Amino acid sequence: MAAAIYVRRTGAAPREAPPPTQSLAGRLRASLFDGWRASLLTIAVLALLALLLPPLLRFLIFDAVWSAPNGELCRAPGAGACWAFIARKLPYFTYGSYPVPERWRVDVVMALGAVLIVWLLWLDAARRRIAAVLFFGVYPPVSFALLYGAPSIGLPRVDSDLWGGILVSLLVAVVGIVVSMPLGILLALGRRSALPALSIASAGFIEIVRGVPMITVLFMANTMLPLFLPENLAPDRLARPLIGVALFASAYMAEVVRGGLRAIPRGQYEGAAALGFGFWRSLRLIILPQALRHVIPGIVNTFIGLFKDTTLVAIVGIFDFLRTVDAARLDPIWAGPTISTTGYVFAAMFYFVFCFAMSRYSLYVERRLSRGRGH
Amino acid sequence: MQPGEGGAPHDIAIEMIGVNKWFGAFHALRDIDLRVARGERIVVCGPSGSGKSTLIRCINGLAAHESGQIFVEGTELTSDLRHIHEVRREVGMVFQQFNLFPHLTILENCTLAPVHVLKMDRAEAAAVAMHYLGKVQIPEQADKYPGQLSGGQQQRVAIARALCMNPKIMLFDEPTSALDPEMVKEVLETMVGLARDGMTMLCVTHEMGFAREVADRVIFMDAGAIVEINRPEAFFSEPQHERTRAFLGQIL
Repeated sequence: MAAAIYVRRTGAAPREAPPPTQSLAGRLRASLFDGWRASLLTIAVLALLALLLPPLLRFLIFDAVWSAPNGELCRAPGAGACWAFIARKLPYFTYGSYPVPERWRVDVVMALGAVLIVWLLWLDAARRRIAAVLFFGVYPPVSFALLYGAPSIGLPRVDSDLWGGILVSLLVAVVGIVVSMPLGILLALGRRSALPALSIASAGFIEIVRGVPMITVLFMANTMLPLFLPENLAPDRLARPLIGVALFASAYMAEVVRGGLRAIPRGQYEGAAALGFGFWRSLRLIILPQALRHVIPGIVNTFIGLFKDTTLVAIVGIFDFLRTVDAARLDPIWAGPTISTTGYVFAAMFYFVFCFAMSRYSLYVERRLSRGRGH
Repeated sequence: MQPGEGGAPHDIAIEMIGVNKWFGAFHALRDIDLRVARGERIVVCGPSGSGKSTLIRCINGLAAHESGQIFVEGTELTSDLRHIHEVRREVGMVFQQFNLFPHLTILENCTLAPVHVLKMDRAEAAAVAMHYLGKVQIPEQADKYPGQLSGGQQQRVAIARALCMNPKIMLFDEPTSALDPEMVKEVLETMVGLARDGMTMLCVTHEMGFAREVADRVIFMDAGAIVEINRPEAFFSEPQHERTRAFLGQIL
């Protein structure tokens, strides 16, 4: 009888891998018509699209009025979106009542800002440190001088009452984002502090600001800030809601950041301490880079909310972008049945483009930061 | 005797005098007196909750003692942060959970502290890091992230990271307890190598083979107190104390 032992001396031949993908038709069938329930759902969705898309496309594109000197053509029966109105009013939407001969200053500020922001946010760009210095250190005073005017260098003053439109919306959003991030981090650290005074003050600020509607904060910033300060120091009419928005966003940001800090195990603090890192340095090099990565979705969520909340500054009389759209649609030269819809569709597209860009950018950053790492 | 102000003999690395520590009402360390000579290798063992981790964490100020005195390389550990930082610069520590920085590569983990704490030049820090990564036998992993390494490799990186600060003393807090059995050996071999090089080492571990091989003295702790200190041969062959015998009976 042979021994009941078997030892394999050669490896098994590798088998052919299964076909990587099915045909396109096969995949479509599998994803859209897999069983009668899926088929029914697919047909229902297609029917809904067939119902909604044609009139939408007709209004936005095929029947739209692309150029016209006034509202005459747009008022014709059956006319679609009045893009001519948007084109004519675009300068107003962009600059508000900023004096026409000085509008190049706004253009310069926006172009500089766009270049610096792209440089700063593009993770592969060279010398991003310089971009940061320029954006956070040089850009604000330069922009202020350009927008507000500096008579000493020949730029006439333009009162902030005249600013408006996209200029104001972007200004409020950018200042809000740039201020709320560091302030939110400080508030989150304060709330977690072992010093009771600091922790109570931070928690109190966060809870009070989060506990009242943004509109209340704006009203308070508008009417109460001047009461606390001497008359000659009372902040500018635009600066007040700017401060209000920034503080409001900071409170939300603080809670997002606190969530990230909570996710850092104590061992990271101990590992850093054992290597001789002090509190601030370990925070900057070890704790915050990890904590903020954990909460990128929450941070971007807050930014997107902040961006759309900038429309609320209209409540205290600031002519932000949405407010200029709202004002322009009442112009008797253009007034007509489609003007309001056109204006609001344009406003929606504007906000969507910015918010969607932020959302996509955050996904790009998330993917980049998790590249090449385990877990 | 009052050590400290120039009184400490030059061959003393660590001195603990009447150290006590409480966590709330829990008495974690009781009247600890311990002197560690330069180059000495000490293994601390004892049942869990006996205070052995707390003991070595007091030596680099991760835990603050409430009474008594601790001198490390002549510097007294007080609540003064400058003294604590001074001591931490001399003392490297390896943790049970490695505590590598997951957002940095292996090389960056090793150069971060030399560059930012010791203000070492980046290129020099990288050279030092590669030297120690070579010593723990994983120079080829320098550009990976901690999450891509096995537990044993991560712990060896943690040892290299501590060595990059050129410490005079190394503390090990159960360095092999979180490892899969087949990885314990590679970490212990690294530690044995370190001991051969004459590093002053305090090691909390249950690896009695390691204690036998490299320890100059073995400390047994129970309920926050040092119960027995002895040379390893004597410690294992004729333990003096009843609790030591009971403990050794359980783990050997």
